Amino acid sequence: MPGQPRKPQSWDAIPRFGHWLLEVLANLGTSTRFLLLVLAAVFQRHFSLRQLSLQVYAVGVLSLLLMVVAALFTGMVLGFQGYNTLVRFGAEESLGTVVALSLVRELGPVLTALLFAGRAGSALTAEIGLMKTTEQLAAMEMMAVNPFAWVVAPRLLAGVIAMPILAAIYNVVGVWGGYLIAVPLMGVDEGAFWSQMQANVSLYDDILSGMIKSLCFGLVVTWIATWQGYRSEPTAEGVGRATTRTVVGSALAVLALDFVLTALMF
Amino acid sequence: MERKAVDWWVGIFVLLGLAALVVLALRVGNLADLGTRGGYPIVATFDNVGGLKVKAPVKMGGVPVGRVQSISIDPQSYLAVVRMEIEPGIKLPTDTGASIYTAGLLGEQYVTLEPGGSPDYLKPNGRISLTQSAISLEQIIGQFLYSKAAETPASPGSQAGGEGL
Repeated sequence: MPGQPRKPQSWDAIPRFGHWLLEVLANLGTSTRFLLLVLAAVFQRHFSLRQLSLQVYAVGVLSLLLMVVAALFTGMVLGFQGYNTLVRFGAEESLGTVVALSLVRELGPVLTALLFAGRAGSALTAEIGLMKTTEQLAAMEMMAVNPFAWVVAPRLLAGVIAMPILAAIYNVVGVWGGYLIAVPLMGVDEGAFWSQMQANVSLYDDILSGMIKSLCFGLVVTWIATWQGYRSEPTAEGVGRATTRTVVGSALAVLALDFVLTALMF
Repeated sequence: MERKAVDWWVGIFVLLGLAALVVLALRVGNLADLGTRGGYPIVATFDNVGGLKVKAPVKMGGVPVGRVQSISIDPQSYLAVVRMEIEPGIKLPTDTGASIYTAGLLGEQYVTLEPGGSPDYLKPNGRISLTQSAISLEQIIGQFLYSKAAETPASPGSQAGGEGL
């Protein structure tokens, strides 16, 4: 907060709220302008495929192990909890449906995005923030190299590419985790597990909508991460704060966006 | 990291993602059927299969002996045709009966086979003629309510009409 620290007084609340609101609006404006500039740079494609591949490696491949482990446990927990609830109604054959639908529609895209924000998003912010701190971005501008095109654009595109892939892998591993609990451990009929799942999970309504969700999350999380890195204060403390803001901001954005997308699609 | 290694990993990553999508579409979603594990097909026709699903278990004495392969309608007789795959080791007499039962109140539906005493066995693609359709819970409740309504003497005048049921 700018300005002299004063003793807060009760009549201060309204102007402070107004000030905060203006700041939020200004941030929204500048970050949108940032996104548009980066998108323009993406479509001009000044970066090489080589750079893109390196970024996909950094945000995608390096997050893979985390996603697989998290997905396995998510699926197994869904299997246990679903079984305990469904067995009371003698409907444990629907376990496949419960596990698959929860994963494909909600947990897959959302948890991937949250983990992605923690693993890859924070790294992106720290990386770009460090570039700013060490004045690499300024040096690029001096050499008439557009930092949007060279630094931000390949990272944003890589996030948008990697997120749906990670979500798809998350879903498959999660379903497999649920299967491990349901069929060998709890003794649910294997054919019923798969057939009920296939009968109730629709390719277009469920799987494709989930993929669209994760595509949007990928864009939003990488946008927030690169933006926070780009605007971070060029100090060690400033980069640290920007990293925190990335994780908190993208988590809230993902959850809010998930609500909006769910309301729109299902 | 060396350039080649990164390229390999990215390639594997993208291929994994595509494979995951294919698995989701084929195995979890309803795009295509799962391959079954060998065995011979038999056919049974029912008046009504209720909520029977493809890949539902086929049981004999409560033990799974096969899976439902496909459910279709016979264009001539308008009966439901259920194709089942039976495990290779199990031989069914020609006078085997097939019924559709429900596991529990909310459970899924499955086919039960009751072997008869015929000395001949069903050949692959053989037809089961003795079938019992799925029990429709709505119909039973409807019939029950209807008979209850007929029992209760609403008014002396309507008593005679109720007797006929």
